[in-house]
Amino acid sequence: MSILVNKDTRVVTQGITGATGQLHTRACREYGTQMVAGVVPGKGGTDFEGIPIFDTVEQARKATGCNASVIYVPPPFAADAIMEAADAGVELVVCITEGIPVLDMVKVKRYLAGRKSRLIGPNCPGIITPGECKIGIMPGYIHKPGKVGVVSRSGTLTYEAVYQLTQLGIGQSTCIGIGGDPIIGTGHIDALKLFNDDPGTEAVILIGEIGGTAEEEAAEYIKNSFKKPVVAFIAGQTAPKGRRMGHAGAIISGGRGTAADKIAALKAAGITVAMSPADLGSTMKAVLDDRK
Amino acid sequence: MNIHEFQAKQILGRFGAPVPKGQPATTAAEMEAAFKALGQPKAVAKVQIHAGGRGKAGGVKLVASAAEARQFAERMLNKPLVTHQTGPQGRVVRKLYLEEASEVARELYLAMLVDRKAESLAVIASTEGGMDIEEVAAKTPEKIITEPIDLTAGMAAFQARKIAFALGLKDKQVNQFVGLLSAMYRAFNETDASLIEINPLVVTAAGAVLCLDAKMSFDDNGLFRHPDIRELRDPNEEDPTETEAAKYDLSYVHLDGNIGCMVNGAGLAMATMDIVKYYGAEPANFLDVGGGANTEKVAAAFRILLSDSRVKAVLINIFGGIMRCDVLAEGVVEAAKQVNLKVPLVVRMEGTNVEQGKKILKDSGLAVIAAADMADAARRVVEAIGKRG
Repeated sequence: MSILVNKDTRVVTQGITGATGQLHTRACREYGTQMVAGVVPGKGGTDFEGIPIFDTVEQARKATGCNASVIYVPPPFAADAIMEAADAGVELVVCITEGIPVLDMVKVKRYLAGRKSRLIGPNCPGIITPGECKIGIMPGYIHKPGKVGVVSRSGTLTYEAVYQLTQLGIGQSTCIGIGGDPIIGTGHIDALKLFNDDPGTEAVILIGEIGGTAEEEAAEYIKNSFKKPVVAFIAGQTAPKGRRMGHAGAIISGGRGTAADKIAALKAAGITVAMSPADLGSTMKAVLDDRK
Repeated sequence: MNIHEFQAKQILGRFGAPVPKGQPATTAAEMEAAFKALGQPKAVAKVQIHAGGRGKAGGVKLVASAAEARQFAERMLNKPLVTHQTGPQGRVVRKLYLEEASEVARELYLAMLVDRKAESLAVIASTEGGMDIEEVAAKTPEKIITEPIDLTAGMAAFQARKIAFALGLKDKQVNQFVGLLSAMYRAFNETDASLIEINPLVVTAAGAVLCLDAKMSFDDNGLFRHPDIRELRDPNEEDPTETEAAKYDLSYVHLDGNIGCMVNGAGLAMATMDIVKYYGAEPANFLDVGGGANTEKVAAAFRILLSDSRVKAVLINIFGGIMRCDVLAEGVVEAAKQVNLKVPLVVRMEGTNVEQGKKILKDSGLAVIAAADMADAARRVVEAIGKRG
């Protein structure tokens, strides 16, 4: 079992002819994902290595029945691409693009309210259900099918966590990179709710970082409603205040959003927090062994 | 990106916000001329640095003659000013601002920002102006007014009035305040700002609302739409290493430790800093080379790391997903030759083509300390500086 994506997911790539779009559409198809369409305005009627290209997402959806979209278009056009996918009724929209202006995302969130589409990202690696469906830029081979869910604001740090799990023989149900921007589609709590209801997920690794209060809110949710064990890590314990650490959302501002606050909130909610990023896999193993 | 007070006031003034008349200066002569041009008996001379707390540190002074304005400039220019926000080394003063003096009856606080939790814009206001707003929020949260803005409706007049009355404004001040918020909202949207802070917003003795100080920050991701705003960047206010890194599209933040870190991905880069600290040392920097680093980028990152004389060892931690380990290894070898590496180098890499990458490092003849995993890498790099004492 898994959440959001599986072997039946049919994916359209928005921005399929750009260098990034080409590279990852190919890699996802090789992984086994059903890459059924591409969208590039003005290139409708052509194809990318056999994948038909359409002018609009609406046309792609009508012709191929795609129910997920992945977006690689450059930042100035990415917000528009998200709204186009939502307008076409695509159920899952995964936006990989980094660098979208935050005011564009404010508008996108407003546009998505009341529509049925779910957005993952932007500025994220994507989502993968190992062995079934990979949408995004994560290296497929480090994953292994199994029962641990992973939700993270980071890209490569998620790969690190997944790799540690796989090395220890622990597979993953679904891994979601929710993105490093201040305003994102699916948050920690949204992902946790899905994992809570997924019988195929036994435990969850939650990776947060400095900035905002999403982890504190997730801690509260976990304490009150989450039924499965959670192992957490917060990146940025050594980050200075007021400085943006790579991700647009990773900044301690107004004294809020420190790693210490987040770790304290998670611990207070009874969540196991790994203090070293090298211990994510082993901490999860210990938690799972305890339950046996 | 941050800008100076005088630049923020110029932008806000263009959108119709009430700001004092003033003129920037970079020399004592310009300061003297600015006083004469203003043509008033008194003026306020202000140091322009990208840090708060200038007033308490002596960086703001009421001057009553052109000579006094000149003396202020002579005393301040090209010397560091230490405020509670600059750190002990202070910030070298290169720009000044002279503006008309105002008689202040009340000091208020007003800001507009992106509210992450509400996923929209919000106005923050308080009757406690001129204070450190974080302190006000911590000690007397009831004195903080927060009003979310719906982007569809924009800055609604009723919301602005609500805040105005809560701040105790009256008579014509209410409409002035509504006009100010409308100007701030337009300025915010049309420049892709991330913060506009007016602290203090004052009511003058004559009963008018006036922006006595102003701070503006911009969303770096929105700057492509505003070449005019990008022009306002002041490299003197930024760490030179960070400016250099930005040229190569590297995300770099200078820190105080002695272990240089080079990592791909922001989260992993932060986690690498954390694990260095976990094993008892301090990171010298945050450095994310990004997903698609090539030899040139890796070499530039290396140069930048080693230009910091405090760096006593370098830790490279790469999780090659998209990035291939053999490409990275070639980049490291090439860069190490170029920069004549003299400090211990610990490399941990994992992912695509890792065996080829390890072989390239081994065959290069470089004194690379290979690490098995993240913990091993951190242990080894901390050990390396320990040995060097």
